[in-house]
Amino acid sequence: MEQLKTIGRELAMGSQGGFGQSKEFLELVKSIGEARSKAEEDRIVLHEIETLKRRISEPDIPKRKMKEFIIRLVYIEMLGHDASFGYIHAVKMTHDDTLLLKRTGYLAVTLFLNDDHDLIILIVNTIQKDLKSDNYLIVCAALNAVCRLINDETIPAVLPQVVDLLGHQKEAVRKKAIMALHRFYHKSPSSVSHLFPNFRKRLCDNDPGVMGATLCPLFDLITVDVNSYKDLVLSFVSILKQVAERRLPKGYDYHQMPAPFIQIRLLKILALLGSGDKLASEKMYTVVGDIFRKCDSTSNIGNAVLYECICCVSSIYPNPKLLEAAADVISRFLKSDSHNLKYMGIDALGRLIKISPEIAEQHQLAVIDCLEDPDDTLKRKTFELLYKMTKSSNVEVIVDRMIDYMISINDNHYKTYIASRCVELAEQFAPSNHWFIQTMNKVFEHAGDLVNIKVAHNLMRLIAEGFGEDDDAADSQLRSSAVESYLHIIGEPKLPSVFLQVICWVFGEYGTADGKYSASYITGKLCDVAEAYSNDETVKCQSLVEELSASHSTDLQQRAYELQAVVSLDAHAVESIMPLDASCEDIEIDKNLSFLNSYVQQSLENGARPYIPESQRSGVLDISNFRSQDQPEASMHGLRFEAYELPKAPVTSRIPPASVAPSTELVPVPEPSYSRETHQVASVPSISDAGSTELRLRLDGVQRKWGKPTYSSPTSSTSNASQSTSNGVTQVDSAANVNSKARHTHDSRKPQAEITPEKQKLAASLFGGPSKTEKRPTSASHKVAKASSHAAEKSQAPKAAVVSNQATLDKINHQPPPDLLDLGEPTVTNSAPSVDPFQQLEGLLDPTQVTSTVNHGAVATEAPDIMALYVGTPAGGQSSSAENSLPSNSYDVNLTSELSNLTSGTTNAGATLTQFTKGPNPKDALEKDALVRQMGVTPTSQNPNLFSDLLG
Amino acid sequence: MGIRFILMVNKQGQTRLAQYYEYLTLEERRALEGEIVRKCLARNEQQCSFVEHRNYKIVYRRYASLFFLVGVDNDENELAILEFIHLLVETMDCHFGNVCELDIMFHLEKAHFMLEEMVMNGCIVETSKTNILQPIQLMEKSS
Repeated sequence: MEQLKTIGRELAMGSQGGFGQSKEFLELVKSIGEARSKAEEDRIVLHEIETLKRRISEPDIPKRKMKEFIIRLVYIEMLGHDASFGYIHAVKMTHDDTLLLKRTGYLAVTLFLNDDHDLIILIVNTIQKDLKSDNYLIVCAALNAVCRLINDETIPAVLPQVVDLLGHQKEAVRKKAIMALHRFYHKSPSSVSHLFPNFRKRLCDNDPGVMGATLCPLFDLITVDVNSYKDLVLSFVSILKQVAERRLPKGYDYHQMPAPFIQIRLLKILALLGSGDKLASEKMYTVVGDIFRKCDSTSNIGNAVLYECICCVSSIYPNPKLLEAAADVISRFLKSDSHNLKYMGIDALGRLIKISPEIAEQHQLAVIDCLEDPDDTLKRKTFELLYKMTKSSNVEVIVDRMIDYMISINDNHYKTYIASRCVELAEQFAPSNHWFIQTMNKVFEHAGDLVNIKVAHNLMRLIAEGFGEDDDAADSQLRSSAVESYLHIIGEPKLPSVFLQVICWVFGEYGTADGKYSASYITGKLCDVAEAYSNDETVKCQSLVEELSASHSTDLQQRAYELQAVVSLDAHAVESIMPLDASCEDIEIDKNLSFLNSYVQQSLENGARPYIPESQRSGVLDISNFRSQDQPEASMHGLRFEAYELPKAPVTSRIPPASVAPSTELVPVPEPSYSRETHQVASVPSISDAGSTELRLRLDGVQRKWGKPTYSSPTSSTSNASQSTSNGVTQVDSAANVNSKARHTHDSRKPQAEITPEKQKLAASLFGGPSKTEKRPTSASHKVAKASSHAAEKSQAPKAAVVSNQATLDKINHQPPPDLLDLGEPTVTNSAPSVDPFQQLEGLLDPTQVTSTVNHGAVATEAPDIMALYVGTPAGGQSSSAENSLPSNSYDVNLTSELSNLTSGTTNAGATLTQFTKGPNPKDALEKDALVRQMGVTPTSQNPNLFSDLLG
Repeated sequence: MGIRFILMVNKQGQTRLAQYYEYLTLEERRALEGEIVRKCLARNEQQCSFVEHRNYKIVYRRYASLFFLVGVDNDENELAILEFIHLLVETMDCHFGNVCELDIMFHLEKAHFMLEEMVMNGCIVETSKTNILQPIQLMEKSS
C-alpha cells in the first residue's frame, strides 16, 4: 500500500518522477516545495541537516543512496545553510567510476567549494586521472571541474593535459578544453600566454560549437590587446557572413535566427577591432549592413542582434549608411510599447549620439516619456543618456531632474552614483556661480554622507579661488552668495558632517568679508552648530574652540590651546602665519635643510660624528647595539608592576654612540635594520614586563614573525631617510596593516626633509581618502622641519608654538616611566639635523634647555628642568619618530597637520581645522587620555603654562 | 565574465536552483538572493525585464510560478540574455517535456548539468539543444 502511494505520488509529481529516487528524498523535496514560509523551510532544512549528519557517515552506504545524500547537501546549501560537514563525501564521490556518480560528485564540489578550499588538493589528482579517461564524457566532467576548481597554483598540474585535449577527436572535449584555457587565462594570464596561438587555431575548428566557444577567450584577449588581432578581422567577418547566411547546422538556429548568440559575440569582437580603425571598419560595413537588413525585427532575438549591430556601428569608424540604419532601428525601439525595447533604444541612443548628436532631437518626446516612466530601470537608463547629452545649455534642467530623483530614492548605491554625476556635470557646465553653489548645497544636503570628501575640498577651493577669472568682484560675490545660502541652510536639522565642515570653513573665511554680518553674529551661528552637533568632533573643533579648553578630549584641548596661543600673538605675527585669502597657496619647502648647515658644521667642530647614510652603515655594530639599549625604556608605555631591571642599560646609553655598548650580548645584531625590527617589537608594551635579558630572548622568536612587515612599512621609512626614499609611495599603503604599536621606531637619524615633497603630495591626495592614517607620521616630521625653516624668516612666536606643541605631544606619548626620566641623557643616537627645530628655540628657551637639545649631538648632560623634559625627550627620541610612537594614528595626524598648518601660512584657524577631514574619534581620544594618565602627566594644567612660558 | 549567476526562484521567493560563476560565501549568497528576489518579484509585467543592482544588471523572466534571474555584467546584451533564459527553458522542456517547478526540484542535478553544458566561465558556450542534451542522455543510458 505504502509503495503504491509512493508510486502514485511519483507519477503525479513530474514527468519522470521517482527515477531511482527514494521515498525519503521525495518526501524532503515535497516538504520543501510545500513550505509556506521561510521559517518553515528553515525548520525543514535544519532537521535535514541533523538527519544527514547522522546518516552520511554511516559505513557501507550504497552508492545510489550516497548520490542522493549529496544532492540533499546541495539543497541545504542552496537554501542558505551550511553543509560543510558533507563536503568530504562529495569529494569522495568524484573518485567513483560510474559516470553519473562522478559527475554528481564534481557538480556538488563545484557548487560547494571555492578554488582556494583545502579540499581541492584532494580533487586535483582525480581530475588528472579523469582527463586521461577513454570515456569522453568523463573527460568532459573533469574539464567542467577544471573550469571551476583549478586556481593559479594548480594550473601547472593539469595544463599539459588540457593542451593535449585541444586536439581531441570529440568536439565537446575540444570545446571544454578551450574554455579551461580561458579559465586559466583569467586566473593567471601569464600561465597560458604561450598558448594564445591555440585560440586562433580553434577559431578554424570544423565544429561550430568549438568555434563559438573560442570566441569567448578571443574576445577577452582582444579587449586587452586589440592590435595583435587586427589580422583576424577578415576571418571574423567571413565567419559572421557565413553564420548570417545560414551555413551553420540547423541545431544552432534559435527562433529562425541563425546562431544568434554567435552573431552577437562576433559583433562585439568586430566593435573592438574596428574602434578607431578606418581600414578594419571598412571590411565590416557590408556584413553589418546585411545583418541590419536580414534581421527579423519582430522577435526578441532579432532585436537583440540589431541592438548589437548598433553597438558595433557606434564603436567602429562611422559609416553614414549604417548610422542611418541604426537610427531607424533606434526609433523603432523607442516607439515600441515594450519597455524592454524602449530600454534598449535609450541605451542605443546614448551610444549613437556620440557620433551623430543630432539624432537625439527627433526622439525628444520618447526620451521625456521614458524619464517620466514610473519604471526605475527605464528612468535610470534615461538619466544615463541625459548625462551623455549634457551641455552648458541644458545642464540646469538635467541636474535639477537628477537631484529630484536622487532625493526620491533610498538606494544608497545609486544615490552615491547619481550624486557624483550631478557634481561632475555641475563642475563641468555650471552656467553661473550662484547656480553652482545652490546645486552643490542640494547635493550635499541630500546625499552629503555619500559624497566623496574631495567634492567638499573642490567646493572650498572654488569658493576661495573663484572661477579662475581675474575678477575679484565676481569672486567676492560668489563668496557672499555662499555665505548667504549657508546662513539659510544652517538652521536645518541634521546636516551631513562634510557639508557642515564646508559651511563652517566658509563662515570662518568669508563670513564677515563683505561686512554684511558682524563677527559676533557669525560666531553665534557657529556656536549653535557646535552645540547642535556636539557628538561630531570635527565639526565641533571648527566651530568654536575656546569653550572646549576644558573638554575631556585631549585632542580638542590641544587644538584649543594652540588656537588660543595663536590668537594671543600680536597682529603682525598672526598676519604672517595666516595671510588673508591664501588658503590655496603652496608652501615652499627647503628640501635640503640648508639652514641647518651651520649648525651641523658647528657640531662637527665640537666633536660630533659626521652623519653616515644608512646605506653605508651596515656592520657598524656599535650603533645598532647602542640603539637596542633603547628597548627597555621604549617598551614601557604601560605601568610596570614588577621590579625594574638593573641600571645597566641607562649606563651604557650614556656612552656616546661612538663607543661600543657592552650590554647587548644576547642579540648580536648584525645590521642596523635588524636592530630596528627588534626595537619595534620591543616597544610593544605587552613584552615589557620582563627584564632586559628575558625580553630579548623572547623577542628573538617574535621578531621573525613581525619583522618583515614592519621593515617595509612607512613607519620605518620615517625613521631613516635612505630607506624611505627608496621605497617611496608603496610603503604608505603597505603600512595599513602594521600594528600601530609596532611602529615605535626610535632610530630616526636624519634628513627627513629628503622625502618631503612626495610624501606631502601623498598626504594631500590622501587627505580625502579613508586610508590616510599611515601617511601622517612621515609628513609630521617634515612639517616640523619645514616649520622651523619658515619660522626662521618669520616671527619667532609661531615657531615657538609649534615646537612646544611638538614637545607636549612627544611628552604625552613618548615619555618613559618616571624612573627612567633621567632625561638629560636619553639614549640617543646622534641626530643633529632632526634636533634642529629645537635648536632654533634658543632665543626662547632658557639656557639649560638649549644645552639639553644641542647635547644630543654627542655629549650628555645633567637633568634639565621640567621645561627641558618637554623639549628634551623628543629631541632625544628623535623628533621624526616621536609622532610614530603614538598609539593612535589619526590622533597624530591631526596634531601634526595642525602643526604644519599653523606655521605654514595657511589662512586662518578655521581653514586649518577644516582640513582635518578625519577628525579624531572618541576612541583615539580615550586611548590618549589613558596614555596620559599612565605617564602621570596632566597636560591640562601644564600646557597653558608651557605656552605662556614659551610665548613670554 | 558576462554571466555572474543564474537563479531560479518560485513566486514565494524560494530558491529552486542557484549557480554562481564567481565565488560568494553562503552569507553573501543569501543576502544577494534576498535583495534581488525582493526587487524583481515586486515588478509588474509591463516593466522592463531588467533591473540594475549594485554594479551589475539582472535580467529576469517569469514562467508560470518560476522566475529565472540572471545576473550579468553591465556590457552584456540584455535582450540576448532574456532569450538565453528562454533557450534554457526550451531545452529543459525538451528533456522533461513540459517542464515544471517540480521537475527541477526532483532533478536538480540534471538542470545543473544542462547549465554546465550551456555556460562555462560565465560565457554562453553552447546553444544547440542537441549538443546540450546529448551528454545527459548518454549518461542516463549508461547508468
